[in-house]
Amino acid sequence: MTVPTQATKISIREALRQAMCEEMRRDADIFLLGEEVAEYDGAYKVSKGMLKEFGARRVVDAPISEAGFAGLGIGAAMAGLRPIIEMMTWNFGIQAFDQIINHAAKVRYMSGGQFKVPLVLRGPNGVAHMLGATHSQYIEPFLAHVPGLVVVAVSTPYDAKGLLKAAIRDDNPVIFLESEFMYGDTGEVPDAEYLLPLGKGMVVREGTDATVVAWGKMLKLVLRAADVLGDDVSLEIINPMTLQPLDTQLLVASVNKTHRLLVVEEAPAFAAIGAEIAAQIQERCFDELDAPVARVSAKHLPVPYADHLERATLPSVEEVVAAVRQLLYMDTQA
Amino acid sequence: MTKKSAKLSAKEVKSKQTAKMTATEVKRYLKVYRQMLFFRRFEERVHIAYTQGKFSGFCHLHIGQEAVCAGVQAALRDSDYVISAYRSHTQAIAKGIPAVQVMAEMFGKATGCCRGKGGSMHMFSAERRFFGGHGIVGGQVPLAIGMAFKINYRQEDDIVVCYLGDAAINQGQVLEALNMAAIWDLPVLFIVENNRYGMGTDIKRTTAIKHIYQRAQGFGVAAADMDGMNVRTVLKQTAAIVKRMRQDKKPYLLEALTYRYRGHSVSDPANYRPEGELQEFQQLDPLIQLRDDLLAVGVEAEQLQADVDAVKTELRVIEKQADAAELAPVAAIYEDVLVAIDGHEEH
Repeated sequence: MTVPTQATKISIREALRQAMCEEMRRDADIFLLGEEVAEYDGAYKVSKGMLKEFGARRVVDAPISEAGFAGLGIGAAMAGLRPIIEMMTWNFGIQAFDQIINHAAKVRYMSGGQFKVPLVLRGPNGVAHMLGATHSQYIEPFLAHVPGLVVVAVSTPYDAKGLLKAAIRDDNPVIFLESEFMYGDTGEVPDAEYLLPLGKGMVVREGTDATVVAWGKMLKLVLRAADVLGDDVSLEIINPMTLQPLDTQLLVASVNKTHRLLVVEEAPAFAAIGAEIAAQIQERCFDELDAPVARVSAKHLPVPYADHLERATLPSVEEVVAAVRQLLYMDTQA
Repeated sequence: MTKKSAKLSAKEVKSKQTAKMTATEVKRYLKVYRQMLFFRRFEERVHIAYTQGKFSGFCHLHIGQEAVCAGVQAALRDSDYVISAYRSHTQAIAKGIPAVQVMAEMFGKATGCCRGKGGSMHMFSAERRFFGGHGIVGGQVPLAIGMAFKINYRQEDDIVVCYLGDAAINQGQVLEALNMAAIWDLPVLFIVENNRYGMGTDIKRTTAIKHIYQRAQGFGVAAADMDGMNVRTVLKQTAAIVKRMRQDKKPYLLEALTYRYRGHSVSDPANYRPEGELQEFQQLDPLIQLRDDLLAVGVEAEQLQADVDAVKTELRVIEKQADAAELAPVAAIYEDVLVAIDGHEEH
C-alpha cells in the first residue's frame, strides 16, 4: 500500500472528520449521532464544524444514554439508514454492550440473513493519561470475540481516514477504535480519495529478523523501540488495522519469512488479541518458528491513576526492546 | 402501607362496548374473531408439538392475550413497522408472516422464516416489516426508536408499533428509549402488554406504581391504558391513537391490561398465581366476549362454529407442512454472520 505523492499532513482528528464529511456528502442516508457531537463540536472536536455543514437533522446531540442510542443506530440501520454513532469514549460504550452484542451482532444471523446492520460505532479506546481505571480500558478483546461484528483499530491519520470511509460503506456493524491520546497525531494523507479495505492488514516496515504486530498507540511504541534497536535488528512491523476479521494470511506470510513473532498490545494479555494471534500462528507456522511467540502487554490490573503507577502498568519501549532481544536470543549469543 | 402497589382487578379492567355494530363492523369483527381463534388454536398446537418433542428451547405462549395482537394489528396499515419481544408467534403471523413459516422456524426447518437460526423467540420478516422477535427483555425498544428515526429522517408517515411486557418497563434502556422518543418526536406506539407477571414475579412486587402507563408521562410521552381483553376496545382505542400519531408524529404509550392464561413459558406451571385469578380473567376471555357480541347482533352460531372447524383443518395442514419440511441445512451455518468482506469468505 503506497501513499500517492499528492498528500497533506493532517491530524487523526482531521482525518476522521474528512472521512465522515466526504461520506456524508456522498450519501444522504448517513448521519452522526452521539453525546456532544453537534453544538459542542465533539468532546474531542472530531466532529467540529459538522453541525454547520450538515444541520441538526444529520448531526444529532444525544442524551447520555449509550445503550439507548446504540440501539437507535441498530434500528435505523435495519430500516435502511447508515448511522455513525459516536461513543464519547468506549468506556461509556460498555453501557451499550447489550445492544452491540445481543442485537447489532446477531440480528443478521438470527433473521437468516434478511437484515443487514450498516452501522459504525466509533470513539476513543484504551488508556489516555491519569484517568483511572473506569476511563482506561481496551474493548477490542471483548468485542473481537463476538461473531457478527467487525473490529477496526486506528493507528495513523492515513489509516484513520481510509478505514473510516470503508467502515461507513461496509454493510456490517463496525466497532471503530480511536484514541484520545492520538487525535492530535499528524501524518501524510493523500489528497485524492482512497479507501483501505476492511479485513486487510498493512506492512508498516519490511524486515527479516522478526515480525512485530501492533496497533493504535502500541504501533508508535514499537516504532520507537525499533529506533532504539537500530540497524542491528531488521524488524517487520505489521499493523493489522482490522482485528476482526483478522488478516491471518498476512501474519502467516511474514512469520514464514522472519520465523519469529512478537505481539505488542495495550490490553492485559489474558484472552486478548495477542493470545489469539499466538494461537493461530502456532497452528499454522509451528515448523517455521525459531522461538516461542512473544507478547508484551499491560499488567493484569485495573489501570491505576497515578502517573508512575500507570506507566508501570502499561507496555513500555524498554519492554518491547527487551522482548525483541529475547526473541532473537541476542543476549545469549556469545 | 405494606403493599407498594395494587393490581387492577378483572372488574376494573373490563370496558363497555355498545351492543350495536354497523354492518361494516360486523364484517370486520368476523374477520378479527377468526384471527383470534386462529391465534388461540395455533398456540395450543405449538404447546402440544413442544410436549411431543418436536422442538425444544424456550417457548412463550400468547394464549389469553389475543385481543391485543389482533386489535392493534387491525388498526395499522401494511407499511407500518412492528417489533416485539419473545412472546411473539402470533404478532409475527398478524404482521403477515405465513403461520407455516413461523411453525417451521420453531421446528428448525429450512422453510422457517429465519431458516432455523432464530427460533421461537426470534421471528423476523424484512419483507413484512416485522423487525423481530427479540429475546432480551427491553432490548427491542431502542431498536424501535431507531426505526422511527428513519421514518422521520426520510419524512415518511408510517409508524412503529413496539410491543413490550409489563416487566420490561423496569429495564434501563427502555426508559432511555422513551426519553429519546419524546425529545425527538419519534412515532413509536409502545404497547405495554401488562399480563401482570414478569416471569413468576407479580408486577406489584417490582413496580411501585399501579398504572404503568403513568411512567411514560414522566418522560413527556402521552399515555393511557386500555382493556386488553376486549378486542373492540383495543381496535377502537388503538385506531384513534394511530390516527393522531400520523398527524402529530409523536410517540404514545398504551398499556394493554391483559392476562396470560399459561405460564411464562411452557415449562412454567404458574403456581404463583392467587387462586381464582385466572378464572376471573377468563370471564373476560377475548374470544368469548367477541363471540357473544357477534351473536347479540344476529350472527348465526353455526357461522362461528364453521370458523372453529375451518381453523382446525387449516392448522392440521400447516403442522403437516411444517413436519414434512426439510431440516435447515447444516451446510448453511456459516452463512449470514457478516455481509461478506473480501478475503474473508464464509467458511
